[in-house]
Amino acid sequence: MTRFLPRALLSPAVITLFLWMIVPLLMTIYFSLIRYNLMQPEEHGFIGLANYHFFVTDPSFGPAIINTLLLLGSVIVITVIGGVALALLIDDPFPGRAVVRVLLISPFFVMPTVNALLWKHMMMNPIYGVFAQVWIFFGMQPVDWMTDWPLFSVILMVAWQWLPFATLIFVTALQSMNREQLEAARMDGAHYLQQLRYLYVPHLGRSIAVVIMIEMIFLMSVFAEIYTTTGGGPGDASTNVAFLIFKQALLNFDAGVASAGALFAVVLANIVAIFLIRLIGKNLD
Amino acid sequence: MKLKSGLALAFGLAVASLASISHAATELVIATVNNGHMIEMQKLTKFFEQANPDIKVKWVTLEEGVLRQRVTTDIATKGGQFDVMTIGMYETPIWGKKGWLQELKPDAAYDVDDLLPAMRQGLSVDGKLFAAPFYGESSMLMYRKDLADKAGVKLPERPTWAQVKELAAKIHNPPAVYGICLRGKPGWGDNMAFLTTLVNTNGGQWFDMSWKPQLESKPWKDAIKFYVDLLNKYGPPGSSANSFNEILALYNEGKCGMWVDATIAASFISDPKQSKVADKVAFAQAPVAVTPKGANWLWAWALAIPAGSKNQEAAQKFIAWATSKDYVKLVGKEAGWGSVPTGTRKSTYTTPEFLKAAKFADAEKKAIDSANPNDSTLPKSPYVGVQFAAIPEFQAIGIAVGQQMSAALAGKVTVDEALKSSQNSADREMRKAGYYK
Repeated sequence: MTRFLPRALLSPAVITLFLWMIVPLLMTIYFSLIRYNLMQPEEHGFIGLANYHFFVTDPSFGPAIINTLLLLGSVIVITVIGGVALALLIDDPFPGRAVVRVLLISPFFVMPTVNALLWKHMMMNPIYGVFAQVWIFFGMQPVDWMTDWPLFSVILMVAWQWLPFATLIFVTALQSMNREQLEAARMDGAHYLQQLRYLYVPHLGRSIAVVIMIEMIFLMSVFAEIYTTTGGGPGDASTNVAFLIFKQALLNFDAGVASAGALFAVVLANIVAIFLIRLIGKNLD
Repeated sequence: MKLKSGLALAFGLAVASLASISHAATELVIATVNNGHMIEMQKLTKFFEQANPDIKVKWVTLEEGVLRQRVTTDIATKGGQFDVMTIGMYETPIWGKKGWLQELKPDAAYDVDDLLPAMRQGLSVDGKLFAAPFYGESSMLMYRKDLADKAGVKLPERPTWAQVKELAAKIHNPPAVYGICLRGKPGWGDNMAFLTTLVNTNGGQWFDMSWKPQLESKPWKDAIKFYVDLLNKYGPPGSSANSFNEILALYNEGKCGMWVDATIAASFISDPKQSKVADKVAFAQAPVAVTPKGANWLWAWALAIPAGSKNQEAAQKFIAWATSKDYVKLVGKEAGWGSVPTGTRKSTYTTPEFLKAAKFADAEKKAIDSANPNDSTLPKSPYVGVQFAAIPEFQAIGIAVGQQMSAALAGKVTVDEALKSSQNSADREMRKAGYYK
């Protein structure tokens, strides 16, 4: 009886949260099993796994998965390595450090669409972009980024956006670094690489894990950068799963296929998460 | 305490709702797209409200893609959020046929015969007008008169694609200027809008009379091969990511010798405030290959009333006002004749003030008049639309094919391969939708 009261008092909150999560999920599952196109709402009916079949047999499906994973992996690698490097660089006090920090962090606050337009036009345009100017200055043929390196271009944009986030986390982590330990290591003659290997990186382990987890959640669904720059092209070269769902389902107002695609993305995210947690999980204890 | 404030809140709400009932003004909710002409309309709403004191207008202004989603979701689920919707020429025939839109019945003063016939046709189903054109456009060739003169070439009023290619070769002089700029960014409203007109004029079509996709037919092969070859030889680098805005930026910088795109571009590139080549541009009709049929597209943003709207009468009134002759005059007076919404009424093109302000007026009217959404392909087609097929499945097919075309343009696959995969994805989509087994 004594247990009943606290449970009863807790239940409104728990039930609300539970419903909040389960109702949309169940609806998604339900929609994924019926024929439901907003443009033809009169044609309803249970169609089993046909929506999944349609989504998975799309010729762009394979490339989209590979692109999603490539995008995810590269951006995480770039931001973690670059973030640690930048954080170490601005860890020691120097004049104007506050300003430099703000500058370093600001790309994170640029909206993804703006970020994409900026890179596409100001930096990567093969005629008037900054890169093209640099290339021409050195007498080389400017690189046509969006055509020849579409996925790499998107990776660059997204990495630019997320590097500050990683840097921010690592900077704060470095502040709790034990200075005496460092000093002792220096006295014992450990050179910088050794300090890095045995002191800095182990200390940053937990924050690296956090950065990877958070970035993974957000980078699975990169969309704005692709939509505004390459439109998923040329071909499927820069189509990821999020863009494929948009292309297959949302443009067509096909709620059925969209739900199937979304559920597939959930599964994919979980698979990746399992691997990553295995890989870095030790640091999260 | 909680109970008390809850009661007070409920009471307050009741009073508020009573108050709004007793206040008899009809609130008209209008969804629209955020481009210049529509923003102007919002500014001028006060004139409408002054003339109709019993109607209050509430605007919901959205970006094109979002507007499309909101409006489609609302009308398909019978949400009834909007009384007037801004929709395109793509949606109108689909929704009109389904009975989702209210037929427009303007009075005699509206002069429905003054609407450009192409626009009226594109927005009607079985002779019933379901949306009133607010602003319309076609496509045409815009080129640099100075460069053509220097090359000693005089383009006829409606040039052929062969002539265009010849001129492109002569004026191509990178990196100072590129022969021709054309859309390449994948999307049904981006590269496919242009490419469909190119296929049309080569004698092709999207679907034959039994709804089978025709993407591997000879006209498609001819058209796409020509396009890829033309742009790779005489186009700017990065074409596969260029659409309207990207090319506009290039043209205004003087980097493009020629450009085939929306007629609305003419008003930007001949505006000295934003274009470095404003005084050097000339206009011609969209180039043709085998047939003039469907060589230039037709698009309109139009106002329509969803069947579920509870304020039909007020909505009819508003649409009649916003798409009237008087509205065009009002914009001319308030904002200048250079920025009146064009492409909708014959009377606009006979107004001397407008003709003086817009030197592209003639070419634009001719382009619009020559487009016929019901008959835009050489072989007979089952669909309505010049640069699209007005069926719900087209958007998804359009972007899938668009991506393949951009891949062919970038040289990642051959034209034949691109068309083969395009045909496959179009076939999948049509099969799924149940057009054939």
